[in-house]
Amino acid sequence: MSPTIPLSWYLVFAAALFCLGLFGMLARKNMVAILMGVELMLNAVNINLIAFWRYLYAPDLTGWAFVAIVFTAAAAETAVGLALIISIYRRRKIVVAEEANTLKG
Amino acid sequence: MTPMHIVFLIVAAVTLFAAGMVVTTRPLMHSALWLILTLGGVAVLFAMLDASFFAVVQVLVYIGAIAILVIFAIMLTRHIAEDTSPQHNKGWWLPLVGMVVLFVGIVVGLSQWSGFETPLPVLPAEANNLVLFGQALTSPDSYVIPFEVASILLLAALMGAIYLGTEGKRGKK
Repeated sequence: MSPTIPLSWYLVFAAALFCLGLFGMLARKNMVAILMGVELMLNAVNINLIAFWRYLYAPDLTGWAFVAIVFTAAAAETAVGLALIISIYRRRKIVVAEEANTLKG
Repeated sequence: MTPMHIVFLIVAAVTLFAAGMVVTTRPLMHSALWLILTLGGVAVLFAMLDASFFAVVQVLVYIGAIAILVIFAIMLTRHIAEDTSPQHNKGWWLPLVGMVVLFVGIVVGLSQWSGFETPLPVLPAEANNLVLFGQALTSPDSYVIPFEVASILLLAALMGAIYLGTEGKRGKK
């Protein structure tokens, strides 16, 4: 075994985290829980980006710029998503995704 | 087996267990608390990958802001999200099988790749990533456009969230 952690460990970990997040997104009923699944997937993507940066492109900082954009997109997505969920809840008193199937409240 | 391997294995096991609890526990509030543990584990991995800046940002943005927002949303919608009703769709086993297949597929596909077992390269000692990153984000030669686009995205999200959040009040006027 090599003295340092090989890249594969991080990639397998990120794949497992991504699959768990996708499972949560597909299987959960509550819209907030679906958003939590999306957060797990975005975290897996960030782990992958940082791992590839560290192992393959270390001094160049393009990977960091990508991760910063992913962070921004995740923050924006959560803020707007939760505002939408709370707005739907206020109008129709539902939080289950399959009941929110009409666009006009 | 160096200490780094052991730390990685412990952190990865705790993080994956917490992620599993996020997608399976019934009370949503417990899910949100497990999510905080998962995000903390990811922050530790960022620190292990010499990206300490993103470890700090992970704690500030994800744990400090996003997890708190999620907890707020759960508390505001609590009456409907009864902890006793089923929290998963009826056909939940189908995505489970799909995800196991996807995970095995990703791992097998990656193991064919020649760079899969790349050992850790040594970072040049004099490189100060944080200073270089700050300069790159404001330099027209590198990432100033993505940086500005990200700030516009945040501004749009801010306006959208305020618009949606004050909907009831505007209707009464």
